[in-house]
Amino acid sequence: MPLITALISGIIFGIGLAMGGMLDPAKVVGFLNIFGIWDPSLAFVMGGGVIVNLIGYLLFIKRMDQPICENRFHIPPKKSLDMPLLTGAVLFGIGWGMTGLCPGPAVASLMTNPSTGGLFLICLCGGLLAGKLILSQLRPA
Amino acid sequence: MTINFADFTPYAPLIGGGLIGLAAFMLMAVNGRVMGISGILGSALTRFPAGGVSNGWVWRWAFLAGTVLGPLVYLAFRADSILVRPVNDGAWLYIGGFFVGLGSMVGAGCTSGHGICGLARLSLRSMVAVMTFMISAVITVYIVHSGI
Repeated sequence: MPLITALISGIIFGIGLAMGGMLDPAKVVGFLNIFGIWDPSLAFVMGGGVIVNLIGYLLFIKRMDQPICENRFHIPPKKSLDMPLLTGAVLFGIGWGMTGLCPGPAVASLMTNPSTGGLFLICLCGGLLAGKLILSQLRPA
Repeated sequence: MTINFADFTPYAPLIGGGLIGLAAFMLMAVNGRVMGISGILGSALTRFPAGGVSNGWVWRWAFLAGTVLGPLVYLAFRADSILVRPVNDGAWLYIGGFFVGLGSMVGAGCTSGHGICGLARLSLRSMVAVMTFMISAVITVYIVHSGI
């Protein structure tokens, strides 16, 4: 059951990305091009996503003791701001602005745009693993 | 700032965004997991094959498989194709991909984990992360793609 719901959640996510225009790097760059000719469309993706999730969070998840198919909610425990968070976000923004692709659309592009999406995804995985290595060095053993 | 009204399409992004929010809500309500793609992908790559069904790689790969299939399902119901216009290729694409992966791992999240999920939980870390990467991305686009 948890596997089927994870699969369905992934399918809905992939449909949402495709429909929202997130798989089109030029559209993403147009959204980030605030100082040029700005296309605000994708603000509606973020807005729609946050609003639906926020409503679901406030109405249901906050009132639930545990998820339907699991024994607890796995919510990141960390609350404080730190350098890795800020440094990581800056690097992420540079890569996102350069290519117009972020991790979700990169995965979703695998079948529809294998040439650029696939190569991007391989490099992204390399970056994830490098990041994991750096984090393991930062943490005291 | 000039608004590009020719390409402005609010409705499809709003519905698409709503679906993304629904997917995130469902994954949390049923599986108890944050729908953060960089985190799911990172753990899917490194926890193989340990951890069992709920903590390990299996649900993560199921979710990722769904994400790959989603656009194909969308295509099956729509006559039009999915518009894809890459903005760069070669070395810039690879360096950008590496930065996106590195940044989202070190920064503990990306557009989905910090953006869709963290903002909905009103997490301070996610709000700061989203503001930081938006500013960083806007400056990068100004420098790299100012001709567009």
